[in-house]
Amino acid sequence: MESHNKSQSERKFIKHVRGRCMPRRRVESVFEIIGPVMVGPSSSHTAGAVRIGRLARELLGDRPVYAKIVLHGSFAETYRGHGTDRAIVAGLLGFAPDDERIRDAFSHAKREGLKFEIVTADLGEEYHPNTAKITLRGEKGETIEVVGSSIGGGHVEIVEINGFLVSISGTYHTLVTIHRDVPGVAAKITSLLASRGINIARMNITRKVRGEDACASIEVDQEIPEDVVRALERYPEIRIVRHVRPI
Amino acid sequence: MRSGIVESMEALVSEAERTGKKIGELVLEYEAKLKDVPRDEVWREMERRWRVMKDSVIKATAKPPQLPFKELTGMSRKVLTRKPLFLGSPLMKAVARSMAVAEYNASMGRICAAPTAGSAGILPAVLYTVMEEYEISEDSIVLALFTAGGIGLIIANRASISGAEAGCQAECGVASAMAAGALVELFEGSPRMVADAVAIALKNLMGLICDPVAGLVVSPCIKRNAIGVMNAFLSAEMALAGVKSLIPCDEVIDAMGEVGRKLPLEFKETGLGGIAATPTAEKLKKSLTGQI
Ligand code: SF4
Repeated sequence: MESHNKSQSERKFIKHVRGRCMPRRRVESVFEIIGPVMVGPSSSHTAGAVRIGRLARELLGDRPVYAKIVLHGSFAETYRGHGTDRAIVAGLLGFAPDDERIRDAFSHAKREGLKFEIVTADLGEEYHPNTAKITLRGEKGETIEVVGSSIGGGHVEIVEINGFLVSISGTYHTLVTIHRDVPGVAAKITSLLASRGINIARMNITRKVRGEDACASIEVDQEIPEDVVRALERYPEIRIVRHVRPI
Repeated sequence: MRSGIVESMEALVSEAERTGKKIGELVLEYEAKLKDVPRDEVWREMERRWRVMKDSVIKATAKPPQLPFKELTGMSRKVLTRKPLFLGSPLMKAVARSMAVAEYNASMGRICAAPTAGSAGILPAVLYTVMEEYEISEDSIVLALFTAGGIGLIIANRASISGAEAGCQAECGVASAMAAGALVELFEGSPRMVADAVAIALKNLMGLICDPVAGLVVSPCIKRNAIGVMNAFLSAEMALAGVKSLIPCDEVIDAMGEVGRKLPLEFKETGLGGIAATPTAEKLKKSLTGQI
């Protein structure tokens, strides 16, 4: 194909592909070669999609009863053949990427009272081609909007929570808070973690408007005990606390 | 952790020659050290993966799954049930099994990537078939998976194991090379012969592009698993016969990596070139995205 024949969307796609080729991570474990064990067909479009769904469920912190799933880019183009739709729903039900029930995720969703809608849309050039935006409502009425991208090899990144820019890989225990943007909140959170011997691997705080709400995502090396989550919930400045387990 | 034996085939082969150990054993020891766990634990994890592989072969051949392209459904069954004309019966079975596992993967079955999901049929089909035909113990097969895994690690770090990065030579090509090396070690070839088999297998599929129709891991992926199996047996047979690779294995791996980097993006899983860009493929893609 001549290069001048490429449509704009093809160019965009190539740009993303090029971006995703580097930088490369060293592969150390033989189980990254003989593995992972997963439900096919695609590590990015199926296994990664399960992970995005599962992370969205953890971020909701409740059993989801309604989901709107917007598929973007290559997810939108190939989701039927790759089962991306079923994979995300499976993740919302709490399944792991190697769960053989993924294929029948829709009937499991029906049985468990999860209603869902699947649509395709162009979310914009700034998103990775394998991206889904998921709006969830839980049993207790709480809602959340999560944007996640499948960035290759089954690895994923949650890039937005309720419009806050975040970067959550789901490979660590992660603490996510939405809190009032006033001085000292981050210090309170980190000192509580430190007092419990929990080591922070990566932390990121973002806000949309100064002085309103902010969102902190903190990836840590240890399991986060339930009472730490409870204690954080009692801080008046903190509205939402979630513990996202690695998947 | 940096260990020479997962950096170069030469280092791995010399270590095996120096210690008199099998490559599989060295890789097992490396993994135990990397994870800082007892060897048993690593062994059991590999056993678990072998069970997934076996299971995928058994389930995939029992009932050929539906594929997104209806005309392709049942390919592996056709090959499995035919009395072979040109190939020996074990080889024909191995080919059919690799296709079956690839079909199973395409239809949301549970597989063990080796090294990727698209090429996941090659290693299980080859190992399952030799286990059955030559009465090889499961323990030997699990050890051979370490051999294959070590080969894959070296290739992943010197070149690539991703179709999006380096074309299908990095998926089906690498799976085939892993299987070839594992076969040589299983059948008592020397560590040097393992390296020769890997080099031969990689050279035979060098330059193979990644061009899946409609972006789905179906066509030509399933048939490429079949050629990966054939090429593994061929390369192992040649190496065991004493055929050497003129170019050392590490240099072949590096060349494969370079070919992969230089392949135009059209040929790296973008769906813009090769088989994926043929008029029929374009039509199939439209008909798939049109069906709601
Ligand atoms: S053609 Fe591409 S998607 Fe298919 S098996 Fe080869 S590398 Fe994987």
